[in-house]
Amino acid sequence: MGILQRMSMIFRAKADKALDRAEDPRETLDYSYKKQLELLQKVRRGVADVATSRKRIEVQLTQLTQQSDRLQNQAQKALSMGREDLAREALTRKSGLLQQISDLQTQHAALQGEEEKLTLAAQRLQAKVEAFRTKKETIKATYTAAEAQTQIGEAFSGISEEMSDVGLAVQRAEDKTAQMQARAGAIDELLASGALDDPTGTSKDDITLELDRLASTNEVELELARMKGELTGGPGDAPQQIESGPAESAQPVAEQVGEPAAQPVAEPRREEGRP
Amino acid sequence: MIVRIMGEGQLEVDGSHLDELNRLDEELTAAVDADDDPAFRRALAALLAAVRSYGNPLPDDALVDSDLVLPFTEAHITEVREMLAETAGEGLIPG
Repeated sequence: MGILQRMSMIFRAKADKALDRAEDPRETLDYSYKKQLELLQKVRRGVADVATSRKRIEVQLTQLTQQSDRLQNQAQKALSMGREDLAREALTRKSGLLQQISDLQTQHAALQGEEEKLTLAAQRLQAKVEAFRTKKETIKATYTAAEAQTQIGEAFSGISEEMSDVGLAVQRAEDKTAQMQARAGAIDELLASGALDDPTGTSKDDITLELDRLASTNEVELELARMKGELTGGPGDAPQQIESGPAESAQPVAEQVGEPAAQPVAEPRREEGRP
Repeated sequence: MIVRIMGEGQLEVDGSHLDELNRLDEELTAAVDADDDPAFRRALAALLAAVRSYGNPLPDDALVDSDLVLPFTEAHITEVREMLAETAGEGLIPG
């Protein structure tokens, strides 16, 4: 016998077994109806759980995408400062993130599919439960033992197969959701540990720290060079400065002697910007 | 002929397609017997495609048994083996 028939027999055997359990068939109807309502609740909860998981993945996708953009910017900045090694590190991390993002996108699609299927399953079950309730009342009203037995059998096996199927579908969805949640938890941990740096930008990752350090080193060097120029009274520097930045430029220079790192690259850039 | 696709519901398929479905079912059975998951996946995909193209979905409120039951779309061989092994006992299919 083929597998498809064997599978249908498994479902049928399950229904028969449940039907045999009760002595009064009318009790079976009520009991089954109660179970149907419970299952309906369970499927609806299942839909909600899958939706929650899906939304969590959406949040993570946004965060990971921001991270990846940020690493891209860092790579560009590092390269412009002549630090290819740092740029390479940023890009390597970015490619790791892109892998994560692509995995998450696959999972997101899977969850979306699961959500749609379960939503439809809930609709189907609801329609069948309502049909069953109508049938149940009819059977109870026209109850004579022999007649009822076949009617009950028919109504019951139809809904029982659906319940078995939906029950399994909810189980599968729950398993899938549990797996996703474990993975989502791992990504949250990764985000929190700073291995993927903090998207809010409150704590700085090592690449940012290194870029900041480079920037301030550059400033210091530039400042030093200019101050040296002023001290030696070299004809090149000082007059040029008076030309390019009139009154205002004299003031900051004095302040910066005491506090070199505080005023960033603004000064040299201003000079570059002016003709 | 009523066919259920697990997780998707029931369809009515004209009896004239029974031979083709049986042939595909044999491939599926052979794959399960040989424990060949890739072959199983191929055969299942072919079966699902055939049933979907020949079948008309039953109305949601229909209360009828299915003559044939197809595993769910993503099913792998181990899952179907487990279901088939359940015939005797309690377990996989909740009551």
